Amino acid sequence: MIQCKTSKAISGMGHSMKRKEDIRFIQGRGHYVDDIKLDGMLYMDITRSPYAYAKIKNIDISEAMKVPGVVAVITGKDLEKYNLHWMPTIMSDTQMVLPTDTVMYQAQEVAAVIATSRYAARDGREAVKVEYEPMQALVDPFKAMDPSSPVLRTDKPGKTDNHIWHWEAGDKAKTEKVFSEAAVVVKEQMHIPRIHVSSIETCGCVADYDKINNHLTMYMTTQAPHVLRTVFALVAGHVGLTEEKIRVVSPDIGGGFGGKVPVYPGYVIAIAVSFLVGKPVKWIEDRSENLQADSFARDYHITAEMAGTKEGKILATRFKVLADHGYTDAAANPSKYPAGLFSIATGSYDYGTAFVEADAVYTNKPPGGVAYRCSFRVTEAVHAIERMTDRYALEIGKDPAQLRMDNFIKKEDFPWHSPTGWIYDSGDYHAGLQKAMDVVGYADLRKEQVEKRAKGELMGIGISTFTEIVGAGPSKDFDILGIKMFDSAEIRVHPTGKAIARFGTKSQGQGHETTYAQIIAEELGIPAENIQVEEGDTDTAPYGLGTYASRSTPTAGAAAAVAARKLRDKARKIAAYLLEVSEDDLEWEPGKFFVKGAPEKVKTIQELVFAAYTNFPQGMEAGFEATHYYDPPNLTFPSGAYICVVDIDKETGGIHVRRFVAIDDCGHIINPMIVQGQVHGGLTQGIAPAMYEELIYDEAGNILNGTLMDYLVPTAVESPKWETGHVVTPSPHHPIGAKGVGESPTVGSPPAIANAIIDALSPFGITHLDIPITPFKVWKALKEKGAYGK
Amino acid sequence: MIAQSFQYASPGTLAEAISMLDKYGEDAKVLSGGHSLIPMMKLRFANPEWLIDINGIPNLAHIKEEGGVIKIGALTREAEIEHSDLLKKYFPIFADVTKLIADPQVRNRGTVGGNLAHGDAANDHPAVMLALNATIVATGSNGERSIAIDEFFHGFYMTALEHGEILTEIQIPEPPAGTGSAYHKLERKVGDYATAGVAVQLTLDSKGVCTAAGFGLTNVNPVPLRASRSEKALVGKSITDETIAEAAKYASEDCSPSSDLRGSEEYKRAMVAVLVKRMIHKAVERISK
Repeated sequence: MIQCKTSKAISGMGHSMKRKEDIRFIQGRGHYVDDIKLDGMLYMDITRSPYAYAKIKNIDISEAMKVPGVVAVITGKDLEKYNLHWMPTIMSDTQMVLPTDTVMYQAQEVAAVIATSRYAARDGREAVKVEYEPMQALVDPFKAMDPSSPVLRTDKPGKTDNHIWHWEAGDKAKTEKVFSEAAVVVKEQMHIPRIHVSSIETCGCVADYDKINNHLTMYMTTQAPHVLRTVFALVAGHVGLTEEKIRVVSPDIGGGFGGKVPVYPGYVIAIAVSFLVGKPVKWIEDRSENLQADSFARDYHITAEMAGTKEGKILATRFKVLADHGYTDAAANPSKYPAGLFSIATGSYDYGTAFVEADAVYTNKPPGGVAYRCSFRVTEAVHAIERMTDRYALEIGKDPAQLRMDNFIKKEDFPWHSPTGWIYDSGDYHAGLQKAMDVVGYADLRKEQVEKRAKGELMGIGISTFTEIVGAGPSKDFDILGIKMFDSAEIRVHPTGKAIARFGTKSQGQGHETTYAQIIAEELGIPAENIQVEEGDTDTAPYGLGTYASRSTPTAGAAAAVAARKLRDKARKIAAYLLEVSEDDLEWEPGKFFVKGAPEKVKTIQELVFAAYTNFPQGMEAGFEATHYYDPPNLTFPSGAYICVVDIDKETGGIHVRRFVAIDDCGHIINPMIVQGQVHGGLTQGIAPAMYEELIYDEAGNILNGTLMDYLVPTAVESPKWETGHVVTPSPHHPIGAKGVGESPTVGSPPAIANAIIDALSPFGITHLDIPITPFKVWKALKEKGAYGK
Repeated sequence: MIAQSFQYASPGTLAEAISMLDKYGEDAKVLSGGHSLIPMMKLRFANPEWLIDINGIPNLAHIKEEGGVIKIGALTREAEIEHSDLLKKYFPIFADVTKLIADPQVRNRGTVGGNLAHGDAANDHPAVMLALNATIVATGSNGERSIAIDEFFHGFYMTALEHGEILTEIQIPEPPAGTGSAYHKLERKVGDYATAGVAVQLTLDSKGVCTAAGFGLTNVNPVPLRASRSEKALVGKSITDETIAEAAKYASEDCSPSSDLRGSEEYKRAMVAVLVKRMIHKAVERISK
């Protein structure tokens, strides 16, 4: 049980306070971008390419202009006049806003139709006639890497291939030596499928340019409003839209999951049109556009190898990645980490030798590479190490739980230096796995499995004991477009003792309005219900890098605690003045200072705040406000031990997840109810790629499942009963000992499910299947091994 | 939804609706539950100029028994079928099938008549109605006519319904004692069309000999398919592992599935065989209860 330092009335850390924001959400009073309606607002729809790769011969807008209500059709040639037809990506690559001559992926934006209603805009879109000359698309990333393949990015002067970047970490020579001498080496080729975040709310914006005041207000679905304001200023500064003239407002967001970090062409077109016509322009994607054109996630092809002894000691790993980025590298990684934090791929295990390398390649597919509920490629890394750990256990015939126990980094060995250069802050992996095994009844399940196998029934048990790396990040290594990855909090306490707190992050469902208030309540003793949290308006909130990569609690949450402690120090000075004692004679307990040994001599935080406006010592600055920009000294390393049990129908290949136990270590917990909700949602987004989701393209680059009819987002019906629990090892370097939890379940669960399915099928010689593992795939694997119908 | 603009009419009588259909011809579509038509309009695959909404017409939603025939009004919602005591008494297959059609929200609006009139072999009721030997009643300006279910499905989105005709009722013969039925489909997730689906109704005499058999298959053929050879394999025989295997083999051979994201042709044939076997067992189990 979690021990709380504050009363329920204050509701500091550890209280399952109900979410403050839910009062409006459950009454249908959330305020999203599509709820914004401005006077004279125009509507935009976008004509998109049916081809993955084609020359544009002609765009005929005459029929579209005849549609009643259509006021303009914008093409790349129109934007070219203002030099607005290209934009940078967050990875310092380049991307067309609208094409002038070539389309590079199916569903790429080709022309924008502006109309007086949403319906007229769609009618106009259907009437734009584009003449294309289709070309042979390059879809397979391995083929795209072939030097004989045609160069796709001919817009880049001197580009002679489709290679984007090479990146590596670890010790190549040492790794090769260990591999060459190892008694056991296992190897698998795996694909982490291209998937899509599919948040309930699609992307969209209202661009409102005021010609008189030369000022742009951009209401938009973004997880990172401040950074995007800077990007817009960089793109449009040359036409007079400098940063002080731009206000970005991110209202309520219906799910982000990394898909609302990038800048999409639609945003830039809407700004350009509003700038040109002087009226507000609304652009809201429909579901198919969102799925087909917006940034994908994952799509890593990994050659994974593990070396070890015959007895089960892991000695080294080697991972070689081919990253398919589509038309442009539109990922959202920190600048120095083009493959994100993939080098966490040595996982939870104590071995000293590893080498990881990655190459990125252009293809004729939509751009992206966003971190879908994942701290930059950690999901791919976790899948590789956890699959290979099971693969190794299978090879030497050792129980995969015991093999993990024998290889875990010990809790007394933290801080632990990984062979790829990370310093893990804390953890107790043995305790986590033991707890998961106890809850699931591991020994009994293994006995049951033996009995079932004797009867010809298929049952599997899968484990994933992952280590995450989140909370980017320390300024010495982490930046986006040069801006260091700090985050911020500003607390302003009013004379009556109630507060408003503003942050550089932006909640998309995480519950910041509640958890940030609880952190401040913990530090100041002001009831959380009296603390109003605001985010998302660049005119009022302090600059921050935004919410993704499980970074809000590690960075902005830390900033809240530090800012609150600055205020507590001020309160102590005022208390000493009012009680006429020295500061050293005062003792704090949440909500009040009292004189040591004389608890009746007391001043509450509310009295002290009031005094900060009415009766403060000479020479002290009036008011009760503090701001902090928090630069984390290290990343945080949440971990988890997940166990999944599956039963497989050997006639249909049907997979039933019978049990799923998730034991998480996210350090100190701010709100247990919210953490449990995060874990439930994350686990469901983990079964998604494990069993259901993948964006599938044919050889011509056509998407084969471009609607939710065929892109299978799991629902409550597909979700097993999640059994959750915790081990707590506080982060030693974080002000409140928290580590972040939003992504652990999404990152950690896919290999648990895959391992369970492979465990069930392993008696037939099946050692690996790529996710998503579907009934059809199971049936086919059994058939290929001659095991179907046996 | 951002459909093309269209005209909407909500006639109060069947005669009025039929006269509107006659008047607007090919430009008009009947709106029943809307759960096939509206998504197609949203994607602009269907662009009718007129929507004739039949939801305001009385006496089209009923489940009743008359003279040994069970009559289901075309406007009857899936949810009403799911919970009907009369249907539960004679046809446990309806509880099987409705639970597998989309989700509760869709079942509250979607109608059995629309599910059949859409003429889509991926829909679930066609196979069920084939297994139950239903008769379709269509009403047009010349009055009512009955169409045997085997004559009803003509092709992809094509049925025996003429322009100006509305599917108004489904009639199913009350089954004799010793009858059991069952349906199941494999789907990738809830609300999906079937990877393969099988509907079975069997009648056994007191000695366990099969006197009647109906088999309908979902989404493994361009049109909803009756598995006739499977039926013949059972009638006049006892239900044994051998006769079941024969029925399963015939159904998997006689269907014509296409490979797609749901699975290969070979997989779908194999699944038809598995489902035929399982549904026969389930139907027989229900008879013995």
